[in-house]
Amino acid sequence: MTMGLSVSYLGLIVLLPIAALLLKASGLSLHEFLAATTSPRALASYEVTALSAAEAVAFNAVVGLLFAWVLARYDFPGRRLLDSVMDLPFALPTAVAGVALTAAFAPNGWFGQYLVPLGIKVAHAQPGIAVAMAFTSLPFVVRTVQPVIEDLELDVEEAARILGATELQVFVRVVLPTIAPALIAGVTLAFARCLGEFGAIIFIAGNRPFETEITALLIYIRLEEYEYGAATAIATVVLAVAFLVMLATNALQAWQQRYLDKG
Amino acid sequence: MIPSMAVQHHHHRQRASVVRRVLIGLAVLLALVVLGVPTAIVFVHAFGKGVEGWWKAISAPEALGAIGLSLFTLVIVVPVNAVYGLSVAWAVTKFRWQGKKWLVSLIEVPFSVSPIVAGVATLMVYGSSGLFGGWLMDHDIKVMFAVPGIILATLFVTSPFVAREVMPLMQLQGTDEEEAAQVLGAGGLTTFLKVTLPNVKWALFYGLILCAARSLGEFGAVSVVSGHIRGETNTLPLYIDLLYHDYDSSGAFAAASVLTLLALVTVVLKAVVEGRRDAVEEEGA
Repeated sequence: MTMGLSVSYLGLIVLLPIAALLLKASGLSLHEFLAATTSPRALASYEVTALSAAEAVAFNAVVGLLFAWVLARYDFPGRRLLDSVMDLPFALPTAVAGVALTAAFAPNGWFGQYLVPLGIKVAHAQPGIAVAMAFTSLPFVVRTVQPVIEDLELDVEEAARILGATELQVFVRVVLPTIAPALIAGVTLAFARCLGEFGAIIFIAGNRPFETEITALLIYIRLEEYEYGAATAIATVVLAVAFLVMLATNALQAWQQRYLDKG
Repeated sequence: MIPSMAVQHHHHRQRASVVRRVLIGLAVLLALVVLGVPTAIVFVHAFGKGVEGWWKAISAPEALGAIGLSLFTLVIVVPVNAVYGLSVAWAVTKFRWQGKKWLVSLIEVPFSVSPIVAGVATLMVYGSSGLFGGWLMDHDIKVMFAVPGIILATLFVTSPFVAREVMPLMQLQGTDEEEAAQVLGAGGLTTFLKVTLPNVKWALFYGLILCAARSLGEFGAVSVVSGHIRGETNTLPLYIDLLYHDYDSSGAFAAASVLTLLALVTVVLKAVVEGRRDAVEEEGA
């Protein structure tokens, strides 16, 4: 009975809307679909979204790994506090993150007053999109990598040290290969989140078509213009990319599992 | 599978070294810059016109309306997700059947769907040009650009939270205890309430905390379906957006400070739940 209940609920709340979206998109002619999804404005939005997401996850791969490492390996006063604040980007509503980051990088803001005179424009420019994406997706990397570092067997590292390896060699040759699958999985999850992010970005981006307009915003604008066909067409593209990234993540995690089982 | 956000704490081994100090210092500094500054800025701007200005902003009728709608959504969404999350996790982990893997993947779908796409999808069911649009209009039932639409969109985006936290734990605990209870004559419901539920209590709390946070903060999906009717269909995050674009920055930050406070409560609650769970586990070990 629970199965019937839960499957019907899932069907009604999640699957029905997705099916309706695909149905609406399939009602468009190929010409209409392509006109909406391959217009220069749409193509520019894919580019700025993907580029900013790549920048954001590159930052998170390094910083997220650092956080995961410090939290998993070291004990120090305030460790639990640091561990807790890692969840802030998930707990904080995206609109709040958006207005706060915009204020921080505004010309008179805490960061902006130093960056803007140097010619570094973040708010109302493309880097702002990457900053907002990095903020909202950081926990994905930390929380995927942290448990794997906690489970590492220390004797392998010890053995490497006894054989004369430096700390850097131990990290690059022993630790990094073991946590690589988890790191890649975390980065992929973060990337997927970045591609779909909306709330945090629209405040900071400036939202100029062809320059700082993300794909999610373009969908929203098409809806406001009552271009429902175009909106569903672009939404279908975003949905398809999200599914591809999810498939890639699942394949990576299966690989990681095999990797760990072998080890 | 999306990782559980619950952190299992293990024993930490130490190596006193310069590297350790540098890395800890760097991590703390980065946490302050990346996470601390945005949080602090919300409060600095919110109280920019003093406590009175803050109070005036959040006690305005429209602000109270937005807070009320956000809380109303929360009160509906959280219990519904508790029931759904538990029952779907139960179905997936306690029985063997074909297609289970598919169901697990489907449960997680909302995590990978952009909130905007979730909003558009909801619109395509209940909107005027949607699947049920004509029927709803004939019967004069308003779902889109009204409160039911906001609740449906929020249910969409929050649906995986409880299931994801509860499933791994139910899986780990297997079915031995349930089978023992059944052999001793307990019915399905009794087994669930007396055996399964206590075992997954912490994971359930945890999932509900995350679900509540997302419900309060959802912006993209709700933005599509709300219609932004002042004083009627603006949730707190949408109200922030409205004030911000009206150039009422201090009002927007005052509203944002309410949500930030709730987010901090969430983070503290999560730490408390994790602490309790670890304590219980250590006692048991």
